[in-house]
Amino acid sequence: MMKLLLDRLLTTIPALIGVVVASFLLTRVLPGDTAAYFAGPAATPQAIEQLRQQLGLDRPLPEQFGHYVVDLAKGDLGKSLTTGQPVLSDIKARLPASAELTLFGLILALLIAVPLGIAAAVRQGTVVDHACRAIATAGVSLPVFFTGLLLIYVFYYILQWSPAPLGRLDVFTSAPRGVTGFYLIDSLIAGDGETFRASFSQILLPGITLAIFSLAPIARITRASMLSALSSDFIRTARAAGLGARTIIVTYAFRNAMLPVITTLGMVFSFLLGANVLVEKVFAWPGIGSYAVEALIASDFAPVQGFVLTMAILYIVLNLLIDLTYRVIDPRMRNAS
Amino acid sequence: MHRRQFLQSTSAAAIGATAPAVFTSASAQSRSETLLIVSESGPNNLDVMGVGTNVPGYEASWNCYDRLLTHEMKTLPDGSQYYERDKIKGELAEEFTIEPTSATFKLRKNATFHDGAPVTAKDVKWSLDRAVTVGGFPTFQMSAGSLTKPEQFVIIDDYTIRIDFVRKDKLTIPDLAVIVPAIMNSELCKKNATASDPWALEFAKQNTAGGGAYKVTRWTPGTEVVFDRNDTWVCGPMPKIKRIIWRIVPSAGNRRALLERGDADISFDLPNKDFAEIKGEGKLSVISTPYTNGIQYIGMNVTRPPFNNPKVRQAIACAIPYQKIMDAVLFGLAKPMFGAPPDKATEVAWPQPHKFNTDMAKAKALLTEAGYPDGFETTISFDLGFAGVNEPLCVLLQESLAQIGVKTTINKVPGANWRTELNKKEMPLFTNIFSGWLNYPEYFFYWCYHGSNSVFNTSSYQSKPMDAFIEGARDAAAAGDQVAYDKDVKAFVDLAFTDIPRIPLYQPFINIAMQKNISGYQYWFHRRLDYRAFVKA
Repeated sequence: MMKLLLDRLLTTIPALIGVVVASFLLTRVLPGDTAAYFAGPAATPQAIEQLRQQLGLDRPLPEQFGHYVVDLAKGDLGKSLTTGQPVLSDIKARLPASAELTLFGLILALLIAVPLGIAAAVRQGTVVDHACRAIATAGVSLPVFFTGLLLIYVFYYILQWSPAPLGRLDVFTSAPRGVTGFYLIDSLIAGDGETFRASFSQILLPGITLAIFSLAPIARITRASMLSALSSDFIRTARAAGLGARTIIVTYAFRNAMLPVITTLGMVFSFLLGANVLVEKVFAWPGIGSYAVEALIASDFAPVQGFVLTMAILYIVLNLLIDLTYRVIDPRMRNAS
Repeated sequence: MHRRQFLQSTSAAAIGATAPAVFTSASAQSRSETLLIVSESGPNNLDVMGVGTNVPGYEASWNCYDRLLTHEMKTLPDGSQYYERDKIKGELAEEFTIEPTSATFKLRKNATFHDGAPVTAKDVKWSLDRAVTVGGFPTFQMSAGSLTKPEQFVIIDDYTIRIDFVRKDKLTIPDLAVIVPAIMNSELCKKNATASDPWALEFAKQNTAGGGAYKVTRWTPGTEVVFDRNDTWVCGPMPKIKRIIWRIVPSAGNRRALLERGDADISFDLPNKDFAEIKGEGKLSVISTPYTNGIQYIGMNVTRPPFNNPKVRQAIACAIPYQKIMDAVLFGLAKPMFGAPPDKATEVAWPQPHKFNTDMAKAKALLTEAGYPDGFETTISFDLGFAGVNEPLCVLLQESLAQIGVKTTINKVPGANWRTELNKKEMPLFTNIFSGWLNYPEYFFYWCYHGSNSVFNTSSYQSKPMDAFIEGARDAAAAGDQVAYDKDVKAFVDLAFTDIPRIPLYQPFINIAMQKNISGYQYWFHRRLDYRAFVKA
């Protein structure tokens, strides 16, 4: 197990170096002039030139890259010009917000999609199956910003059930003491029911929005892998042996169908984490996706590089976890390596 | 972990996690002394003299620092409050005297900074020295008022400071009332300065080291800023609002929903369409004020054909669908800068409307006269950062120009790249906006029409007579010669409208929507909010 872990970690090093170089070069190649943008609307060419010098953007690229790598080695990701803060502290503050929202949405999606997918596979061709297909298609074809705005319009604007879409907490609740950075968990640790309720009611609408979107791949994969599991020999044997339907479906078929579902989950999670920019924008959620996009619009290099690097590390860790999970679920995996 | 354990625990988790349906509204707390402001973007720096401080950052600085001087307010006929350009009063200065070569300021003896330290002349000198030394935008803004070197700021005693003029300049005194020359707590800043950062830029970026009416007590960049009132403030009437919460809500639709539901008190930047509709519904109060000294215009590069021909430029000026732009793009929320009656005399004022109107027949005739009977092809460029207005505006222009044979393609330039493109001075046809903090015609013309070819002379317009009129007006203003000044201002306005290197479209409005129980909004030259005068009934 340890050897595998080490092996896997070693193979990620070239990938990380590639990410560092590529993100640095890409941000430099992009059109846009950081100094001109931040010099403000009334700046003279001299003012822009001075700012360029202050930011070190007038130096040759290799020198800039050298500085970047040296800082990176010290754990310094540079400074964001859009927020004025060190990128590392920005990411530390925003990654938990995105992760909490994404996980919440994903768990919600899982609770609906997996039973739905199983039901669709078991009753293939029936109303349940068609409903599963319809829901999946609708979920994936509704753009998230549209679902989000629609939910806000109905539940906040018209029905007034939901609180104002003002991010993770309403104006008058203060954040729980940071242990995990997840407000739902932190408020429970602090035993603060009021804050838990406040953050839960804030996360509900954006979570549902994300869940509707990520339902489709999970439900479809569950259905497909359940179908293949149900048509395999050992299920026929189990049926012939007269085992109950529940035992066959849950104990035998679903366990074997879990691998592709987990793989999809990993993909959906990492995809959502970076791609839920629109949901973050609509719900004023202080997440990492909108942070990176705002920085990109302003040609603010450091946050973009930091974002790409964080995402790369996150993907690597996630893939590692998924591989390890495979080995726990499926004994064949352990023997294969 | 074993396979069976893992499977058991995961299925247990899946069954156990059933989400309870709590859809509750936030607890109702007393909000009468708190103001919730929502806007699209927030500050990146609390210090106006910082490196690359953005415009929302100016708002933080304006409310947390005092300056030596400030402007009086006047009430417009529609009841809104507007700053008086020509009436300057003391803010930190209790009294001041202006002589031909210097000005002397007596500080309020009871004024203190947020940490309780008294405000003294050495703080004023340190702050002004900082503004003219740090470089970048603050230093250039100071130089616009001929405030260029630390030797100009002389300490007389603890509570008296003199500013020596390097030359006679009408803008020196107003320039002391803009946002930049904020008076900072020099001892506090010095304590937090380092060898590589002698002006404590890093400290002041995160902390308000001043003595203004508000101080920042919490700042989560990109999410919110919380300001608390400074209860020991003496430089003006005590503000009514104890706490300001400024939340960043990127979606315009949500800002409107928050206002209409009564959850937010003030929204600062809503699209014109939303404002027009809110105004029509009448449930909220809406205040629209024209930008001072600001104009959205169509610019043409006059150094290259076809726009080097004044006839072509006049033809374009006749082919712009002005009224359609006013109605369909701005929903009437702008002051037209076109279609003045033909017999109207030129005023000594800027902005003022030109005499062109949409007249396609005349446009076609002018174009034929200029030697382009079949038109030509070109591109229209605009800044995507303001796509809400720019994009429909350019599409309308494109349609209209097609009628006189001018075929155009639209070039959308990303916000970060717009300034670079302007600097290159290569775009043939474009729309842009310019507005100056200092509200004087010659100030606007110096930036936009003078042969020194600043970045804002986006047309690369060069004209000896124009330069002479602009410089004449500046000299006349400094010398106080009203007759010569009036003559030169009229002359450069006339020339700008005949040569028409840029075609003014309208003066944009700054739109503020707020709850009916909020009053006290003041329009300032910097166009950001002044929290000090707000009242919540």
